[in-house]
Amino acid sequence: MNVTESFLTAIDSLMANKMRSILTMLGVIIGVAAVIALMAIGNGFSAFVSNEIQSLGTNLVIIVSDTDVSGGYQTLSMSDIDALSDPANTPDVTEVAATVQSTKEIIYQRRNTSATVVGVTSNYFDVYNLSEVSQGNLPTQQDNDTRARVAVLGATIATKLFEDTYPIGEAIKISGTDYRVIGILAEKGGSMSSPDDQIFVPLETAQAYITPLRTRKGEMAVTMLLTTAASEDATDAAIQQITDTLRTRHNVLYAGEDDFQIISQTSLLDTFSTITSALTLFLGAIAGISLLVGGIGIMNIMLVSVTERTREIGIRKAVGALQRDILIQFLIEALVLSLVGGLLGIGLGWLMTVIVAPIMEDAVPVIDLGTIALATSFAAGVGLVFGIYPAWRAARLHPIEALRYE
Amino acid sequence: MIELANITKTYTMGTQEVHALRGVDLTINKGEYVAIMGPSGSGKSTLMNIIGCLDTPSNGTYILNDIDVSDMDDDDLARVRNQQIGFIFQQFNLLARTSALKQVALPLTYAGYSRRDRYERAEAMLKSVGLGDRIDHRPDELSGGQQQRVAIARALVTEPSIILADEPTGNLDTASGEEILAILDDMHQQGITIVMVTHATEVAERTERAIRLRDGLVVNGS
Repeated sequence: MNVTESFLTAIDSLMANKMRSILTMLGVIIGVAAVIALMAIGNGFSAFVSNEIQSLGTNLVIIVSDTDVSGGYQTLSMSDIDALSDPANTPDVTEVAATVQSTKEIIYQRRNTSATVVGVTSNYFDVYNLSEVSQGNLPTQQDNDTRARVAVLGATIATKLFEDTYPIGEAIKISGTDYRVIGILAEKGGSMSSPDDQIFVPLETAQAYITPLRTRKGEMAVTMLLTTAASEDATDAAIQQITDTLRTRHNVLYAGEDDFQIISQTSLLDTFSTITSALTLFLGAIAGISLLVGGIGIMNIMLVSVTERTREIGIRKAVGALQRDILIQFLIEALVLSLVGGLLGIGLGWLMTVIVAPIMEDAVPVIDLGTIALATSFAAGVGLVFGIYPAWRAARLHPIEALRYE
Repeated sequence: MIELANITKTYTMGTQEVHALRGVDLTINKGEYVAIMGPSGSGKSTLMNIIGCLDTPSNGTYILNDIDVSDMDDDDLARVRNQQIGFIFQQFNLLARTSALKQVALPLTYAGYSRRDRYERAEAMLKSVGLGDRIDHRPDELSGGQQQRVAIARALVTEPSIILADEPTGNLDTASGEEILAILDDMHQQGITIVMVTHATEVAERTERAIRLRDGLVVNGS
């Protein structure tokens, strides 16, 4: 008997016991659906995180003070900006922007709220991909040099403060002092310290009136330096040049620790992808366990089926079925149960991701072909592994004993 | 031709040894129609199983159509059953929830016939036992006599040289039983060897020879 015949025989037998077949498949259906849905959610989450990181701007290298090493002082100064802007020190760095930031109370007429006020160099908006305004203008170098009290608002906070009022030219109070609103940024999205919720003022304005931080030596300090590397490939070289320049300038000894931290997009992505792939794997493993339980269900039913159909096996053997014929028939039954269960599970898993998608907001679940292939082959594997023992038992039955079985 | 020489069969039931056959010598010629008779426990079922290659003897030789089948393994015996032997059981032994056509085609499936050939031959065979209008019926839609005729069609479809019938009329009323015996008579006319186990003397009288067993030995008719 060839495999096609065994296959048709198996289908016949499964169709003859529809209810039992469906209940048996349920374990695999749920298992596979869980694998699909959980992996999709994991994938969606990691896609969300890496998007979020990439939206920071490509080739971005961020430097912040390491206050643990410096004893609480800010270590990055205004002169560091000039040093890093000098191609003699850092040939692979193209732009250097700097910020100081702190959270302040903001008042417009009778509304008040608190927001992160960021003092920025005029090139900050270019470096951070924020140069698009919905209304008004960005602060100029001159605003910075004259310490002008002007402010640019993120889209969300602008709506919150002004509602329907035309904001340009209005005065808001930051820490009790008036600032003239000169621009509103276009909406940027994102949720991790989104620029939509922030207020931007010129760097020197902020240093003078809002966030007057100083380094240990008494220089005006910045809390963050944002630099761009010439290209993505040049990022590593740029990081090395920045490190060397800053260590020299900060008089860090050869064996001493850096008094600053460098965060690049690559390093962020690496960290997050380690976390998210561990998460996805963990979710997959949980789902895999339920698939395993489904497989044991199949084995259980197949063993019951062998007992129940002992007489049928006896008849088949009496009219000439070889051990192999019986083995293959039962194996194919188990395989069909798990594969059909697997396919239905893929459908159910897809349905589950569609249902949870609105709850996940930006982290839209992603079903990839790899997940489907994995779940399907796992289901087939389950059928094969848990089908072998019952099939082997059936094949080994003695025809006489099988025929006598009541 | 069936040639049995000094066949013994011993079972172990728990700790007890049961000697079902104690040395049977028996020859049945091609085309013969014989009955095997004897009280229960005489070993006639065991003898039938060995003749039908469903079981192997503990000792002795069994030559079936010039081939020694005494020591064959499971799969070789299955091939012999498939090609040379047809079974008719008291319990009919049809597959549940399976149409008559598929029942009859089953041995041909294991013999490797194509789907079309199988169903053609099965249908012809069902017609020859008078069930041409019942080919899509399942066992629970057929009377006892019809079920037994499906079983006969299944036994004959591979054109075996030997038919083994184990109390073929035991579960049937007289009229249906008579139909079945008429078909067996017919098969005998066509030259098929028939070995039938029966209790009923009037059934045994229709055969050419009655072989009587007692306590695992042939006492008459070898």
